[in-house]
Amino acid sequence: MQTSFYVAHGRFRGIFSWILSTDHKRIGLLYLCSILSFFIVGVTLGLLMRLELFAPGRTIMDAQTYNALFSLHGIVMIFLFIIPAINASFGNFFLPLQIGARDVAFPRINLLSWYFYITAGILAISTLFAPGGPPDAGWTFYTPYSIITTTSVSLAAFAAFVVGFSSILTGLNFITTIHRLRAPGMTWFRMPLFVWSVYATSWVQILATPVLAIVMLLLIFERMFGVGFFDPAKGGDPLMFQHLFWIYSHPAVYVMILPAMGVISDIIPVFSRRTIFGYKAIAFSSMTIAGVGYVVWGHHMFASGMSETARWLFSFLTFIVAIPSGIKVFNWVATLYRGSIILGTPLLYSLSFIFLFSIGGLTGLMNAAVATNLHIHDTYFIVAHFHYVMFGGAGFAFFAALHYWYPKITGRLYDETTARVAWLIVFIGFNVLYFPMFILGWQGMPRRYFDYPLEFTNAHMISTIGSWILATGIVIMFVNLVLSAARGRNAGNNPWGGATLEWQVSSPPPAHNFEEIPQISKGPYDFN
Amino acid sequence: MNGREQGGAIIKYRVYVYVWGSLIILTGLTLTAAALEFGGLSIIINILIASVKASLVVWLFMHLKYESRLFKVMLLLAMTTLTVIILLTFSDVLFR
Amino acid sequence: MEAERTEHLNQEQQRDYTGSKMGMWLFLYTEFLLFGGLFLLYSVYRTRYVEQFHTAAATLDTVLGAVNTVVLITSSLTMAVSVSAIRKGDRKLSVSALFLTILFGCGFLVIKFFEWKAKIAHGLFPGALEMFELPQGEVIFYSLYYVITGMHGLHVLVGVVVLLGMLTLLMRKKINEKDFIKLENTGLYWHLVDIVWIYLFPFFYLLT
Ligand code: HEM
Ligand SMILES: [Cu+2]
Repeated sequence: MQTSFYVAHGRFRGIFSWILSTDHKRIGLLYLCSILSFFIVGVTLGLLMRLELFAPGRTIMDAQTYNALFSLHGIVMIFLFIIPAINASFGNFFLPLQIGARDVAFPRINLLSWYFYITAGILAISTLFAPGGPPDAGWTFYTPYSIITTTSVSLAAFAAFVVGFSSILTGLNFITTIHRLRAPGMTWFRMPLFVWSVYATSWVQILATPVLAIVMLLLIFERMFGVGFFDPAKGGDPLMFQHLFWIYSHPAVYVMILPAMGVISDIIPVFSRRTIFGYKAIAFSSMTIAGVGYVVWGHHMFASGMSETARWLFSFLTFIVAIPSGIKVFNWVATLYRGSIILGTPLLYSLSFIFLFSIGGLTGLMNAAVATNLHIHDTYFIVAHFHYVMFGGAGFAFFAALHYWYPKITGRLYDETTARVAWLIVFIGFNVLYFPMFILGWQGMPRRYFDYPLEFTNAHMISTIGSWILATGIVIMFVNLVLSAARGRNAGNNPWGGATLEWQVSSPPPAHNFEEIPQISKGPYDFN
Repeated sequence: MNGREQGGAIIKYRVYVYVWGSLIILTGLTLTAAALEFGGLSIIINILIASVKASLVVWLFMHLKYESRLFKVMLLLAMTTLTVIILLTFSDVLFR
Repeated sequence: MEAERTEHLNQEQQRDYTGSKMGMWLFLYTEFLLFGGLFLLYSVYRTRYVEQFHTAAATLDTVLGAVNTVVLITSSLTMAVSVSAIRKGDRKLSVSALFLTILFGCGFLVIKFFEWKAKIAHGLFPGALEMFELPQGEVIFYSLYYVITGMHGLHVLVGVVVLLGMLTLLMRKKINEKDFIKLENTGLYWHLVDIVWIYLFPFFYLLT
């Protein structure tokens, strides 16, 4: 056995062997740990909000605190958790392994991207202590309110600007890596579907993130110099802010969900012992989603006073984007059909991904129709919808990936029974937490309020109880993973019987991945 | 892998000077076009001239002519994206 | 041992000439879209305030704008020559062409500085009292002018700093006819900055 990358510390020692490392695996773990930390911060903020909403009226905080909490919760969860969640952590760790490369194309830029990320994280958290108090304009920073509020919106916007750089650098690194560093014989159609999804994601990162960067800068200029682009009093147009913001932020949804779909496409064949059904369809649908994802941002603006032409156009285009997502779901189900299914924890999370993502996606179609949209716009229906997509979708896929690749990363197996119990609690808690929100929203409960009329009490109470169940499940899951890292059984190279390249090297992988660059002669889901 | 082998053709200085000359001439042209005041047409003329200039820079100064097809496709992708974004935004702005 | 090997692997990757160039082009696309967002904003407000943009644009100094265009175009020429020269092994020519590029870059910034200074002296800048008397479209025009040329100027400034770095590498023979990718990539960036200006010039100075 070769020395694992934990032992081979490179030029530096101790903590520096991590924070100055250019090894993609170490950087992947840096990302993973920091992403998990921000997840815990975000969950804490979410729990506090739910606590406030347990009963009508002021429960534990005043309105302004609540505004700050949902803004920070959104910013942390979107920019610091879910956008980099799978792509930057598992992407970094496994992309080179899966294509048979020793590292990414630009290892030092890779490290730099983590520094941008962590700087942005620190900036975002520091808004808590900044003069003026934490931002209260939501994660969407809508003008004109975000211009006039005295809270530290500029700092938060700057954090979003900086994290954008990290995202861009990761994207260009991965694209170059996939084009240049595939092992001999690793043709495009022998790449694991996770790699395909990372490739599509990277393009979105490259071509959409700059727009976020510029709109965040403009917002800061607006607050500092009063340039007036988004200020109606000066001849500006607040809708232009919304356009520019969503030109990035809708594609960002695909930065979250595409890698998630990639993970699912890798897990399902392994746990049903069947080669994937419709490989090319899934690969191409990743690219299609990335492409079509660009042209639908207007569905966030149906109620904003946008032109009628734009409304029907964007509504129409949004319906189209459901097609490639549907293709994937059908292919996954077809793969499972008649497979010899092993109900391991990764598969449990994958199946719940399909279920929850489908709910999120189908309610998305309801949002996409202009008429229903006007009814549910800015209500809890939307809150439920995006938690189902982002948390039930991307978040659950992240948990799936965490369990699936855990043996490879740590070299040990987690405790399967505990993991399944945790999954069950998380799944139940999730639905108890968010499903009532669909009903609340349909009945007219608006989002971003710390208070509500009496008739909403029951549903809110159930939802808050759900948040406690969910939190318990998450704690059990994490405790299990942490304890197993020390106490778990030895995993061996390939505990699940996967056919992709990362399972051919020892666990944890050696420092340079492959002693000799492998020669590839078969597909990624060829189990014979 | 030797850098020289991979670097592609080296463009002659003479070509660069021609490009430079054309760029200067085009700058003069755009100035004249603006002075002639074509009204609404003038913005289109000016954008066209600017695009010719930009293409010259990309094609020869930036060596795109000598890069592989992949590089050209990628550039096209970026340009298409921006065009689509602008068009869709105008579907709102023009019809509001 | 281990460190040595990492070093070796790094070098192996570093020599992927096409890979480095691809990374640079990808980065340029992000710049392209960054300015693309600004151009989008510009074109929206221009369609909305045709007349007022016209009036405001007339106050900009076309001569200075044109001179700056020539300066940047010429700097692109010297940049391209510098790359070709080092590839032919002509270090002397490469160094002097690069030096000229830096000079032109600085020249551009100096002219820009005086242009801004004159405008600011007239009270034409975002937040100035005089601005409140202007029609809204003109206010937006000036804001766009400052933000976009400012962003562009920032890119020129960064470019000049990077070029200075390249110049030292070139003189210390770290950049040579075998290993010139850093210089070439810097060149790509510099040309992009030129292209942005090629569009900015008619957009702001030549509105008729
Ligand atoms: C235990 C976990 C979580 C709980 C209890 C929770 C709870 C909440 C609550 C109560 C709101 C505010 C609703 C309102 O007043 O409008 C909210 C908003 C939001 N949540 Fe979560 N959430 C959780 C996890 C997540 C995750 C994992 C994500 C993303 C992946 C996420 C993304 C968001 C976003 C983007 C908002 C909107 C913020 C805004 O209005 O600006 N949440 N969440
Ligand atoms: Cu959207």
